[in-house]
Amino acid sequence: MAGLLGVLIVAGVALMAVLAPWITPYDAFAQDLTMRMIPPAFMEGGRPDHLFGTDQLGRDYLSRLIYGARISMLIGVATVITSGLIGITLGMLGGFIGGRVDMVVMFIITCRLSIPLILVALAVVSLVGSSLTVVVMTLGLLLWERFAVVTRTTVMQVRTLDYVAAAWAAGCSRTHILLREVLPNIVHHLVVVATLEMAIAILLEAALSFLGLGVPPPLPSWGLMISEAKDYMFFSPWVIMVPGISLFVLVLGINFMGDALRDRLGASREA
Amino acid sequence: MSALLEVEGLRVRFNSRAEAVRGVSIAVNKGETHCLVGESGCGKSVSSLAIMGLLAKGGQRTADRLAFGGQDLRGLSERAMSRLRGDRMAMIFQEPMTSLNPAYTIGSQMAEVLTRHRGGSRRAALDRAASLLGRVGITAPGMRLAQYPHQLSGGLRQRVMIAMALMCDPELLIADEPTTALDVTVQAQILRLLMELQRELGLAILLITHDLGIVARMADRVSVMYAGEVVESATAGALFAAPSHPYTRGLLACVPIPGTIARGAALGSIPGTVPRIALGFQGCGFRDRCALADASCAGAVPVQRRAAGHEYACRLEPGWGERALGERALGEQA
Amino acid sequence: MLIFIARRLLLAVLVTLTVLTASFALTRLSGDLAISIAGPQATSEDIEIIRKAYGLNRPVVVQFGDWVVSAATGDLGRSYLYHEPVARLIAARMPTTLTLGLCGLVVALGIALPLGILAAMREGSLMDRGIMMVAVVGQAMPTFWLGLLLVIIFGLKLGWLPISGADEWDGFVLPAFVLGFSAVPALMRLTRSGMVDALASDYIRTARAKGLSRAAIVLKHAARNAAMPVVAVAAVQLGFMLSGSVVIEGVFALHGVGYLAWESISKNDFPVVQAVVLFLAVIYIALTVLADMLNAFLDPRLRTQ
Repeated sequence: MAGLLGVLIVAGVALMAVLAPWITPYDAFAQDLTMRMIPPAFMEGGRPDHLFGTDQLGRDYLSRLIYGARISMLIGVATVITSGLIGITLGMLGGFIGGRVDMVVMFIITCRLSIPLILVALAVVSLVGSSLTVVVMTLGLLLWERFAVVTRTTVMQVRTLDYVAAAWAAGCSRTHILLREVLPNIVHHLVVVATLEMAIAILLEAALSFLGLGVPPPLPSWGLMISEAKDYMFFSPWVIMVPGISLFVLVLGINFMGDALRDRLGASREA
Repeated sequence: MSALLEVEGLRVRFNSRAEAVRGVSIAVNKGETHCLVGESGCGKSVSSLAIMGLLAKGGQRTADRLAFGGQDLRGLSERAMSRLRGDRMAMIFQEPMTSLNPAYTIGSQMAEVLTRHRGGSRRAALDRAASLLGRVGITAPGMRLAQYPHQLSGGLRQRVMIAMALMCDPELLIADEPTTALDVTVQAQILRLLMELQRELGLAILLITHDLGIVARMADRVSVMYAGEVVESATAGALFAAPSHPYTRGLLACVPIPGTIARGAALGSIPGTVPRIALGFQGCGFRDRCALADASCAGAVPVQRRAAGHEYACRLEPGWGERALGERALGEQA
Repeated sequence: MLIFIARRLLLAVLVTLTVLTASFALTRLSGDLAISIAGPQATSEDIEIIRKAYGLNRPVVVQFGDWVVSAATGDLGRSYLYHEPVARLIAARMPTTLTLGLCGLVVALGIALPLGILAAMREGSLMDRGIMMVAVVGQAMPTFWLGLLLVIIFGLKLGWLPISGADEWDGFVLPAFVLGFSAVPALMRLTRSGMVDALASDYIRTARAKGLSRAAIVLKHAARNAAMPVVAVAAVQLGFMLSGSVVIEGVFALHGVGYLAWESISKNDFPVVQAVVLFLAVIYIALTVLADMLNAFLDPRLRTQ
């Protein structure tokens, strides 16, 4: 039930992201200083031609929200791919080869966990200069440890199973066994981690942008929208409600999806 | 005089489809050992847990009568029941390795039984624990009190469980397969200990086992369970001398008991396994595995009385097949 | 046991050294520091002056060695911005962040433990599902946004608590709650699953057979065994909370270490950034070591080996 809702939410946001240029009622970047801080249409003082109102520069909030979906989804998907590649590779190395290699992998994971995540992300983005690519790369390089941990443990479990032994006996190569025998049997765990990771990446990007060191303006990241609007929130709270609720609902949808997948696929979801 | 533990028509179900225990009746007298015997899955452990009120979540218990020392246990609240458990009725389990809490010392786990039910100081409780550990044959009890379960062997842990059960001088001890997980030599020691304790303390024991050898050594009375029902109940002597339910005979034929079977003769076996009995099942639960079953076994099963205190549930009347048995015995002698 | 502690400490030292290297590399490899410090308007002469003044013209290895040696002796360098020793800056800001982190931990445990235990005791019930829903919802809540919402509600509409700053104790209420709340879902899931496992175990059946009270069964016998993973994760979460204070201190304008770090990052004050990263990492490492020790103490199987 919640799973279906999650899928619907994520699919809806994804669709919004893909179709953004065609479905936005206004140009998301066009300022109109005569039309600033108009409340949403359903509130007092709202106008029907701006459904979610306008921001402090007179840009249409709905249009920016739709473009923001693009950024969130892009960040989520790209981070999962980068961090997945790193984490799964490390986890497979450690879990499959074991011994010294595994010790090294565990050590790398421990080191990564010791590094204060947000701080380092902020510092890197600040040093290299903020852009969408930098944020994606930074998050990808920092968020792989859950992939690594889960891959490592599940590979260790699968490694000892009979069909892997049978593949060894049949003289299959190491690569063949890893990619053909092991990977397909842990992929359901990885899918669940991917949803979790996507949710975390989206929240983290929002936090970075909120602190002014994420996606650079005038890109309409939801976190950045909240950051830009927070000076006005005491007079018109809706300015932080609209992007905030969007963020919350999207992440909630992803988590619902992840929970449903976990139950369906029988994967564990240790935090 | 009524029995210490009286159970009539005990039923347990875990979901709406199947019943694990279907109308079990048992009576355990003061100071006697009553063995509840049957294959795994026949409902004997569930019955004992139901009597103690220890069924796992989702287990529903009903009974026509369930009394301990004349007190009706059926309407008792969990709180009132917990006052009885560990005090007047105690229980030990099959898994000594996992039945003790790994996080607390032996002494702490034993002492809390006494302080819970009788109050008093922890010091006094520890003293009693030490003396009971000595009683169950554990050397250096003072040292053991400070140890943790993982530092003890399985046999020692089961002795600790027994000593812990005796903390409040219970009238009834329910022992659920207490020796199954142990080595054969340790098994014998534990059983001997139980017998000694019973003689000394006048303890009533309800011993759940699948091992007829244990029954032969320990039991005063025996109830044989099959598929959630007691199919035969008798004194141990009567049961081994004149097993009357086809299932009991089948069971006895599987076990070499000295004097009842000739050297070199093949042991029997009962084909098939204990069935899951669906709700609303009618007739004899054993009929699918019974060589003597006929169409009437699907109907109501009469309770036959072979002698005073010896009853069994079967369509076959007392004395059935005894000539055949006798002839077989004669033939083997010849 | 001693070997266990020794191995654990050795690992901690190795991790610290690695993080030390990483936090140095971070500031050197991702760009030319002198250019960042000088700012966009600087001429190439300006940059050259800065490079000399901060010793950035020396070989990287020398700079690194220099930093490690001085860091080991407690000298974390001087702030470009405040012209003060970094160690003194951090020390001055630490009480705020530590108060925030510890209060956050208390809030997190205060919510997660009772709810997790309650959910486990009523596993599968409506209450269990409701509580787990709180975890899912909590996980989806952006902390900075939750902070702003609470400021609007409690600070502005109700006027119960200050909107920002922490001159009095009540300034810590909202930030500590928000920070703590962010750790609730993980701790609550773990408490619940640990308690579910513990409550289904044989020793709980024994405890019931002994006639112990429900409170003793749940809180003494089950909770003790469910506590070990919770302790480990609570330590990790405290570490995360301390580094997460960057966001919270930003929202509530609390002048702690997180705020200092944010300020330094935005103003290219790299000695401070480097030092705060190292400092928080060391605290985290120390916390995990502490948690391992605590678990060894809680678990007699580890302790007596």
